[in-house]
Amino acid sequence: MTTPYLMLIDDEVPFVETMSKRLDKRGLKVISANSAEEALIKLDKDRHVDVIVLDVKMPGMDGIETLQEIKKRHPLKEVIMLTGHATVETAIEGMKLGAFDYLMKPCDLDILISKANEALKKKQSHESKIDKARIDKLVLTRGY
Amino acid sequence: MIKDKHKKYYQSLTRNMILSAIIVSFTPMLLVICILLHQFRVSYHEKTYAHLSELVQKHKQNIDAFLNEKLANIRFLAINNSFETINNNDFLQEKLFNLRRDYGNLFVDLGVVDENGIQLAYAGPYGLEKADYADAGWFKKARQVDSFISDVFLGLRGYPHFIVAVKQNGSGRGYLIRATIDFMAFNSLVQNLRVGKTGYAFILNREGKFQTNPAMDYQPNHSGYEFFWTAVEKTKNKILITRWKDDAGIENLYAVGSLKSGQWLLIVKQEAADAFSDLKRMLNIAVLIFMIGGVAIIFMAFYTSKRMVKRIRRADKDKENMNQQIIETGKMASIGELAAGIAHEINNPVAIMVEEAGWIGDLLEEEEFGQSNNLEEFNRALVQINTQGKRCKEITHKLLSFARKTDSTLKDVQLNDIVNEIVSLSAQMAKYNKVIIETRLQKTLPYITISPSEMQQVILNLINNALDSMEKTGGTIRISTKISEVEEEHIVVIVEDDGPGIPEANLLRIFDPFFTTKPVGKGTGLGLSICYGIINKMGGKIDVQSVIGEGTRFRIWIPIQK
Repeated sequence: MTTPYLMLIDDEVPFVETMSKRLDKRGLKVISANSAEEALIKLDKDRHVDVIVLDVKMPGMDGIETLQEIKKRHPLKEVIMLTGHATVETAIEGMKLGAFDYLMKPCDLDILISKANEALKKKQSHESKIDKARIDKLVLTRGY
Repeated sequence: MIKDKHKKYYQSLTRNMILSAIIVSFTPMLLVICILLHQFRVSYHEKTYAHLSELVQKHKQNIDAFLNEKLANIRFLAINNSFETINNNDFLQEKLFNLRRDYGNLFVDLGVVDENGIQLAYAGPYGLEKADYADAGWFKKARQVDSFISDVFLGLRGYPHFIVAVKQNGSGRGYLIRATIDFMAFNSLVQNLRVGKTGYAFILNREGKFQTNPAMDYQPNHSGYEFFWTAVEKTKNKILITRWKDDAGIENLYAVGSLKSGQWLLIVKQEAADAFSDLKRMLNIAVLIFMIGGVAIIFMAFYTSKRMVKRIRRADKDKENMNQQIIETGKMASIGELAAGIAHEINNPVAIMVEEAGWIGDLLEEEEFGQSNNLEEFNRALVQINTQGKRCKEITHKLLSFARKTDSTLKDVQLNDIVNEIVSLSAQMAKYNKVIIETRLQKTLPYITISPSEMQQVILNLINNALDSMEKTGGTIRISTKISEVEEEHIVVIVEDDGPGIPEANLLRIFDPFFTTKPVGKGTGLGLSICYGIINKMGGKIDVQSVIGEGTRFRIWIPIQK
């Protein structure tokens, strides 16, 4: 089973760093960003990111805006919202906008990894459906 | 200072209210009383004058008729009998007898007097044959006219009487037939005329002498009565009515009419106070009513104004308190928001700490640390950090869930879960207050669709109120849930305590917004009214029962949707 390629977006630098190290130690490939803008640039450069873990509350562009932007640019990438309790409503709204799930801070690392795996599966199944559709289309146009 | 200002404000408010109430009430009352009294006075005067005038008129006619009748009697005697016949004592005696038979003792005597004043013939009790009247006043006047009625005088006999005389010519010379009319009989005509308590009548001649005995012992002032003569002549036979003060200083009413072709005056005199006694009584009654009414008005003005101002004062105070509580509520709301923010901010560092601890844990798993003597201690410490981190998380989550705005989204919930959650939240607080919270929850409750956070708020409010009431004493709070036996398709939640209870006066107001018995700043007075609003919105109801010294019981019914 492939491991998900994760991206952590949070303005709390120490949190992102430690989390990256721990995930890395468990064999997950992780890149991080400390703001929505940085994340969007990195996502444009690195198209292999599977799952994005996004903090809902950030200065500048907030979680919901970032989510909308990511979904607009990279519709297939799955987003897990990370939230404090007060922003559960935001997280729910995020899910309505296409986020995969939400987790509450501070979250258990194993739960995060399992959610990320689920998200990856969903992404892969989407991708495979799209690939299949493409192939079908190709086959049709080729006119075998 | 401010209290003083308020006191002055309320004092002037009271004063203004009293004044305007008094003025508004008094003015119409005074006007009505004055107008009515004036009208009554005018018409009463008219009535009194008319009565007096009629009285005098009637008696004037009576007396004139009486005098004329006596004159006619004598004239009849004179015309029907010749001088020779009449100049006879026996004949006169017979005529006198006839007259006395017909008219009683009115006629005292009869006489025939020649033109020189010598009485030729006489019939009567005084034996006045040959009496000489040549110098008598009445004779001098009588010989100049056909018929004559004299004033009252004492005359030769020394007893009051007056004379009716008729002049005749016979056998070549003139003579007079005269009759004496008894004064007492005549007097009774007038003396019996009485008006009210003080009114009486009398007759005056031109000289101002009494022709009758006045009922009241009274000596007339001559000069005063002369005025009547001129006044009566001006009115031409009409009745004169006038008011005038007599010598004793008493104001009297006089009704005056002329008699005997203007030779005598019939006067009815009555004290004004007596004539208008009804008016005076009326005036007294009016004054009495006015006084009683006035006292009542003043009393009521004072009483109602004081009461009104008291109420206004209380309302003002309530308003002031309410303003303060609204400010307090606003403050509470902003503190809530602040708490939410703080809780969220704390979550981040706690999350970092937990992550760092997790990282250390990850590193310790590497072999190089495996031999460390303290590995176990490290692990124990990390577990502790994790546990405490989770505790922080729980605290902030609880804080957040109650600080943030109520979430009114509906969910299918098990009511017992909400109760348990709140009870566990309140357990710490209850412990401080030495209160035990007991729950008796029916396990088979159906799910209901309500807003869980609103329901939490309701139950938390009730528990907090119960805790507050037992702050000093401690006690037990019993919470039970069950399917209602009274209301169909309802779940009932009962929260009861054994605290001091709620006074009956407060029970009615307990659900009113801003009603609180806690000191200013302690309670907003909103808790129960919010509960009431929430339960109402759910289609349920809430009530309260309380017995002083025994405790309070709140019951909430929530409908079960199908």
